[in-house]
Amino acid sequence: MEWDTGATAWMLISASLVLLMTPGLAFFYGGMVRAKSVLNMMMMSFGAMAVVGVVYVLWGWSMSYGEAGTGGVFANPFAQFGLKGAITDADGSAVASTLGNYPNIVDVAFQVTFAIITVALISGALADRVKFGTWLAFTAIWVTVTYFPLAHMVWGGGFLSGNENGLAAMVFGVTDGEATVAPIDFAGGTVVHINAGIAALVLALLVGKRKGFGSEPMRPHNLPFVMLGAALLWFGWFGFNAGSAFGADETAGLAWVNTTSATAAGIIGWLLTEKIRDGHATSLGAASGVVAGLVAITPAAGALTPVTSIILGVVAGALSALAVGLKYRFGYDDSLDVVGVHLVSGLWGTVAIGFLATDTGLFFGGGAQQLVVQILIALVAIVFSAVTTLVIGLILKVTLGWRVSEDAEVGGIDLAVHGETAYESIQQGSVIKEVRA
Amino acid sequence: MKLVTGIIQPHRLDDVKSALEAAGVRGMTVSEASGYGRQKGHTEVYRGAEYTVDLVPKVRIEVLVDDADSTVVTEVIVKAAQTGKIGDGKVWTVPVEDVARVRTGEHGPGAL
Repeated sequence: MEWDTGATAWMLISASLVLLMTPGLAFFYGGMVRAKSVLNMMMMSFGAMAVVGVVYVLWGWSMSYGEAGTGGVFANPFAQFGLKGAITDADGSAVASTLGNYPNIVDVAFQVTFAIITVALISGALADRVKFGTWLAFTAIWVTVTYFPLAHMVWGGGFLSGNENGLAAMVFGVTDGEATVAPIDFAGGTVVHINAGIAALVLALLVGKRKGFGSEPMRPHNLPFVMLGAALLWFGWFGFNAGSAFGADETAGLAWVNTTSATAAGIIGWLLTEKIRDGHATSLGAASGVVAGLVAITPAAGALTPVTSIILGVVAGALSALAVGLKYRFGYDDSLDVVGVHLVSGLWGTVAIGFLATDTGLFFGGGAQQLVVQILIALVAIVFSAVTTLVIGLILKVTLGWRVSEDAEVGGIDLAVHGETAYESIQQGSVIKEVRA
Repeated sequence: MKLVTGIIQPHRLDDVKSALEAAGVRGMTVSEASGYGRQKGHTEVYRGAEYTVDLVPKVRIEVLVDDADSTVVTEVIVKAAQTGKIGDGKVWTVPVEDVARVRTGEHGPGAL
């Protein structure tokens, strides 16, 4: 088989970039928590890499993109278990991707990184207080029950795709074997961000507040970490969005530029909002604006122009800057604002496509059909994610339990759970007791 | 012997150090401290959550001196640390019973 080596190379680089986002997220989140729990926060991201990286090659790919789905909800987890038949076919020749002229195994590489970051995103709602074992169990179960099916529904030709049996086809009919008005989720507004945001909200409510939430100061302990994390996320996001073109072509280029213009505007939107409201343009605001812009452009990166991307990004930054205060008003401890940033900007990006899409948006003469389809897929994703996450969360609550002891939480989860502290201090006065060789 | 302790603005440390050196002081201990007096604190806002930070960063500078030098050393610190604004800090002196030099084991004023 003569592969398009340019596309193959770009997809491998994109996969590597997206994988880098999760350690980047570890820094982004780690800097935002208190010094006594930074290691646990970062370990939740690394734990997601460990568990999902294994689960994905076993049954994740098969469940998302394997044989034809069960009612359009998920594919057979056993059909391509262990990537059987996903690398080479019965004749021993390499399986081609269904998306571009490169090997199928490259798509596996690209998709596993998405599954990892989506689970890791949720950890921001659970800072300082969750058993590490419960978190690892959650990552395996949630990615299986919630993420793989949603990936199948949206990207694997399932219920939320443009498939002729899908939701969009039911509403506005079928043209040439596909939905007349196909849903647009370029790189994961529903699958990744709305999904993670809703899961974060459900778990924040289920797991409960940190001790002292709203009364004790919980300021970020290392803002340069947060900015470093935001920078790594932005860099990795080029793989996320431009890689979702599944080729090294003009769509990838457009997605790259849109990803930058929306994100730049996201910073401006967030900083303007807090300057007007609080009096200062902060570094935490700039880092948060980066992520809000990136989240919003994710579903829209291939459907907008660089200029409409600016509008999308600036609104995302402002909306998320206002939304992060909701947790204090409603009293749920979404510690690091997964809801305010990922759910709000993810919803905005998904719905705004209905207004701003270059071909089908309401503002560009495309009528309201795209808008209706976008709202519908967002709603289905919300309900599906909320219900499945709630069931998983409740089962874990009564079996393994979510919370560490109050002593462990107050004294610092790093020491209690991992037996480590992030920062050496001369006042701790440590001596070597034993060296195990 | 006396111990002169100054709590000063961190950004005045270099000037105070040079002034003490110029006045013949051969050693000192400097540490980071936090506290407040009349200056009180300030507010910081993180993603819309406002924090009052009432302990502000200061530098503590400690100098062991002969009885006769304590007034001069105090004046040197005050003059070098002064900006005239609230938050400049304080300098105080307390008597010291004994001092030992770790390297030689000698005690008293000779150990200074």
